[in-house]
Amino acid sequence: MTVVLSLKSKKAIDQWLKKFPTDQKQSGVLFALRTVQAENGGWLSEVLMDAVAAYLGMPNIAVYEVATFYSMFDLKPVGKHKICVCTNIACLLRGSDEILNQIKTELGIEVGETTRDGRFTLKAVECLAACGGAPMMQIGGKVYENLTPEKINPILAELE
Amino acid sequence: MADEVCFRTRHLPEPWSLKTYESVGGYKIWRKILQENIKPEDIIDELKLSALRGRGGAGFPTGLKWSFMPRNAPGQKYLLCNSDEGEPGTFKDREILLVNPHQLVEGMAIAGYVTGATVGYNYVRGEFIEPFERIEQALEEARHLNLIGKNILGSGIDFELHNVIGAGAYICGEETALMDSLEGKKGLPRFKPPFPANYGLYGCPTNINNTETLASVPVILEKGGKWFLDLGKPNNGGTKIFCVSGHVNKPGNYEVPLGIPFSELLTLAGGMRNSRRLKAVIPGGSSAPVLPSNIILDLTMDYDAIAKAGSMLGSGGVIVVDETTCMVKLLARIAHFYFEESCGQCTPCREGTGWMSRIIHRIESGEGTFKDLEVLEEVAKGIMGRTICALGDAAALPVTSFLQHFRDEFVYHVTHKHCMV
Repeated sequence: MTVVLSLKSKKAIDQWLKKFPTDQKQSGVLFALRTVQAENGGWLSEVLMDAVAAYLGMPNIAVYEVATFYSMFDLKPVGKHKICVCTNIACLLRGSDEILNQIKTELGIEVGETTRDGRFTLKAVECLAACGGAPMMQIGGKVYENLTPEKINPILAELE
Repeated sequence: MADEVCFRTRHLPEPWSLKTYESVGGYKIWRKILQENIKPEDIIDELKLSALRGRGGAGFPTGLKWSFMPRNAPGQKYLLCNSDEGEPGTFKDREILLVNPHQLVEGMAIAGYVTGATVGYNYVRGEFIEPFERIEQALEEARHLNLIGKNILGSGIDFELHNVIGAGAYICGEETALMDSLEGKKGLPRFKPPFPANYGLYGCPTNINNTETLASVPVILEKGGKWFLDLGKPNNGGTKIFCVSGHVNKPGNYEVPLGIPFSELLTLAGGMRNSRRLKAVIPGGSSAPVLPSNIILDLTMDYDAIAKAGSMLGSGGVIVVDETTCMVKLLARIAHFYFEESCGQCTPCREGTGWMSRIIHRIESGEGTFKDLEVLEEVAKGIMGRTICALGDAAALPVTSFLQHFRDEFVYHVTHKHCMV
């Protein structure tokens, strides 16, 4: 099956490629993968990675290498919202275990799993450079700081 | 003497805006450099006088680094900013991007001018969505005013600047891995030499500095290298942002003079939470060797004093740990991090980080043996100095320092199968 990138993705990638020398299209691969992943409900299929490879003139394997190396790429279907809970030391010292447990209990899933309704995927992630507001988590572009177990349910309830 | 350099807009309304930045003197020095044709060599001399040292963690003198660039050699040269902040316990660059992005743009423009680079990239960490938007907006405004771009303000100087975004990988904060990532590859650190000043991005001469370093430059040049030096102490010029986290009452970023006594920094951060006793401090991000309270309480916070005590000022991520903390559990978490983030290129690091992580977890869960403690130390020593980049040492140093200062807790775990705290 051959998949071609959407016009919208192509436009965004073309615009991004202007930042690099014309013979360095590969430099746009992280952005291209981010773009198509966002358009594909948060994950990358093999055919989509192949389409990115074709568009940037890269071997497929070079795109797979990148997609499997960077932690923000998901190669399996995920929930609508990726809940990224920092569990590194600064957050650990201020109670990230309790935050993670609260989310697990509330959603009935373990780290790495997705809720049955497809709303949430839970991830335990490394330091997100917001230790001043530890414990913290990030969902999409939004950072939630100074969390307590009580704050979790209202935050999740607001996310459709 | 706080918030005078990278955070000089932080207390103002809309600190990130062009209007606010210009109200504190923003872009004045860049305009002056262009108008008066100030010689790049003079700028390097001023930076050397200031004793500004790389704020990303290595503490290398910035003026010296800039002087390595073959600025008059023909061919394309690049200027990179490392905004791939990921050292656990460090959160200063994110705040600079959020509250004072224009100063970084100005610092990068000056760095490009001095090093002969006509193109710059600011590599922003993949997870930094809002900070990326801020620095993009600042860049657009600067471009609109022709403060960057072609023939800047009619000077004949070109400097094109771009923000790019990563996709989640601690190792890309290593300067040559960052270059590979910018080239659209896995972020694998490169052998050095050749050094970036000779062979960097796309094989061209490249200068790379940390966000805080570059954002410090405009203020240093405006107020003078001597002024900056005198803020700190000899060989440790200026202020530094300390990211204080952990068991304190007011965690956050504190931009204060280098050489400030640790006890004063702790007071600024509101003191110990719940009035508990200080047990230990990791003074420079999770890669820095841990220091017990009796050592750190007598130290000043500068590169030389912390190095003399056997640790590193590193990125300035000051992680404060109180008496209720299990040091075995803390080290287990640190070891897991390096295991996760090793790029896998060098065998000692790829295998060693896994071994260390598994052994420490075993000890923490009460299944460790005394033999494990020996093996742990051997593995850590086996990694150090045997890898391409510093991640190997960064993984090993916490292990050796935790065992050095808190060995009794590890022994207790092995003997009693549970924690002593």
